[in-house]
Amino acid sequence: MKSIQELEQIRNRMRDQMAKRENSDGYRIVVGMATCGIAAGARPVMRTLIDELKLRNKADVPVTMTGCIGVCRLEPIVEVFSADGQKTTYVKMDENKAKRVVAEHIVNGNVCTDLTIGAAENQTK
Amino acid sequence: MQIFRAHVLCCAGTGCTSSKSLQIIDEFEKHIKDNHIDDEVKVIKTGCFGLCAEGPIVVIYPEGTMYVRVAPEDVKEIVEEHLVKGRTVSRLLAGHHDAEAISQSLDDVDFFSRQKRIALRNCGVINPESIDEYIARDGYVALAKVLTEMTPQQAIDVVTASGLRGRGGAGFPAGRKWQFAANSKGDIKYVCCNADEGDPGAFMDRSILEGDPHSVIEAMTIAGYAIGANHGFIYIRAEYPIAVQRLNIAIKQAKEYGLIGDRIFDTDFSFSLEIRLGAGAFVCGEETALMTSIEGKRGEPRVRPPFPAVKGLFGKPTILNNVETYANIPVIFTHGPEWFNTIGTEKSKGTKVFAVGGKIMNTGLVEIPMGTTLREIVYDIGGGIPNGKKFKAAQTGGPSGGCIPAEHLDTPIDYDSLARIGSMMGSGGLIVMDEDNCMVDIAKFFLEFTVDESCGKCPPCRIGTKRMLEILEKITNGKGEDGDIEKLEELAKSISKSALCGLGQTAPNPVLSTLRYFRHEYEAHIYDKKCPAGVCKAMLQYKINPDKCIGCSLCSRKCPVEAISGERKKPYVIDQSMCTKCGVCMETCKFAAIYKG
Ligand SMILES: Cc1cc2nc3c(=O)[nH]c(=O)nc-3n(C[C@H](O)[C@H](O)[C@H](O)COP(=O)(O)O)c2cc1C
Repeated sequence: MKSIQELEQIRNRMRDQMAKRENSDGYRIVVGMATCGIAAGARPVMRTLIDELKLRNKADVPVTMTGCIGVCRLEPIVEVFSADGQKTTYVKMDENKAKRVVAEHIVNGNVCTDLTIGAAENQTK
Repeated sequence: MQIFRAHVLCCAGTGCTSSKSLQIIDEFEKHIKDNHIDDEVKVIKTGCFGLCAEGPIVVIYPEGTMYVRVAPEDVKEIVEEHLVKGRTVSRLLAGHHDAEAISQSLDDVDFFSRQKRIALRNCGVINPESIDEYIARDGYVALAKVLTEMTPQQAIDVVTASGLRGRGGAGFPAGRKWQFAANSKGDIKYVCCNADEGDPGAFMDRSILEGDPHSVIEAMTIAGYAIGANHGFIYIRAEYPIAVQRLNIAIKQAKEYGLIGDRIFDTDFSFSLEIRLGAGAFVCGEETALMTSIEGKRGEPRVRPPFPAVKGLFGKPTILNNVETYANIPVIFTHGPEWFNTIGTEKSKGTKVFAVGGKIMNTGLVEIPMGTTLREIVYDIGGGIPNGKKFKAAQTGGPSGGCIPAEHLDTPIDYDSLARIGSMMGSGGLIVMDEDNCMVDIAKFFLEFTVDESCGKCPPCRIGTKRMLEILEKITNGKGEDGDIEKLEELAKSISKSALCGLGQTAPNPVLSTLRYFRHEYEAHIYDKKCPAGVCKAMLQYKINPDKCIGCSLCSRKCPVEAISGERKKPYVIDQSMCTKCGVCMETCKFAAIYKG
């Protein structure tokens, strides 16, 4: 890196890319892949998401990983961002639930309410 | 056989045909032909999907997209958008109705919305393996600013003005530490990061390194410029393989971008960074032991002074900061020290991350502004104590810390308030205890840990903590005697005065602080031979209340050592000489006839 301008170029290019990603009609999926998530089974969940998206011709939906968000007791956590920036947080995921999220949420635009953090919180109350 | 790229399934069940599904099929065939994709897409009539209320229904494969309440007029759009351009027609998607009242996103949950995330700003938000995502969120802007616009002294002044104090335990002002090292003469200096994270149950640092490794790299490079060091070490325990892997990736990416390495931002400043793996000894978190370990020797502490800022790693001036301390640095530069000053209390600025565990609903990682009360953490963020139990105390500071009893629930959490009530901020472990926790047992737990982890170099720690543990074992085994408390206090005092390093000096703290607030529990163990919380097995008996027992025999059948006997339909009894106090009987009794006493 030779200059601040160079850094700014990367920043702007990346921001453009992220903005495009957010404004596209597509979804974006983020999987928590810190130690807590991985220990709870995030790896097979992520793999299932990717496979299932491929199967349903939605391989263009990006699946990325992220760190620990702090609610380790609810891992594996999967967050789905929709085109309008709306975030849905799915908790205690497994492979079957991952398939459901792809089928119902990504393909059919239907939030799987029973798998969200709100539902999990209501249960423990 | 002809292979089709897509299949359009249209319901031709009675329900849907009555709402024009046949007409819809005709429309599909027509528009598919018009768009010249009739050899790629096949329309199929299907039976009922069982969702007649939402009919007519059209499902398009391979995705399996389900469109509902489709009208003949919609078909043209579906063909042109979905089949030709590959874009779903969202207005026709199933379940496109109002979101339900349940909070679907983490951001709406109390646990999250009450936090203030500075050190954890990128954790769970960016992809930790992408330097570009870090840069998109203003990463490395602070480094650019410092290297190209500031002198080293100005950089130190910013850190000093921010009021940032070390997050590794002792709370020493970061700016002051940097200043000492900068003032030390020497052409070779070092910057070290303490990622040893030895407190049982704490995982703040791991989360930062796994979720946002670049923030630590950026901060260490800034520190290098500020004190005049060109080389840094991150000391991390080998038990954190994912954090190590992400750090390695991050260092490689930063090198490729020239954000560490030679002549960063075309200035004269160069900085390189290496990782050193620790084997997971608690004492290696202590600064002098850590540096000894980096040097390749056995990780034992040494006497201070000389302080590391004067004579540290390889005998050179060195600064060592904790992971979370570093994670705060870049934002202090991008947002300004004044901004950082507005968060927290007078003497404790910013936020603190806690790993909350124990008897609490929402266990996890929370970052709160300094000055937040323990009550807010336990009840508002933590969701309270499960099973309707009562809060008894919270333990902070791990094996070096102490407990905060219920009467201090409203104490603001900052370095000085916690020290005043005999606990400490520590590195961020926070264990909540309820009425079922025995405080003598807790003190024993932490002392077992320090006895295990004592490196053995100095006698007060090696022998003294062992003697304290023996007394605690005696007390919890029901063999406590008059004078034991006094002996504990005497040992505690001399160990904290005479031990070589922080490990030994603080090892008696859990005993002292439980004695301060729960002396009556020690006394009950010693004089009444009773454990009020019903934890210490030696002093507890399971008994059957004859008024409640109906003689169902369930407990006697479940008892693994056949210690329970009796006649059916008459009260049963437990033979205390055989009972192993496993508690199975109490769990199985449907009539609450068994109690601990
Ligand atoms: C026995 C013992 C263990 C320690 N373990 C850690 C640790 O795991 N992580 C840490 O950051 N600091 C630990 N410390 C504190 C360090 O010695 C040192 O004060 C700290 O890393 C300085 O960084 P800071 O000023 O940014 O907090 C420990 C101290 C002692 C006495």
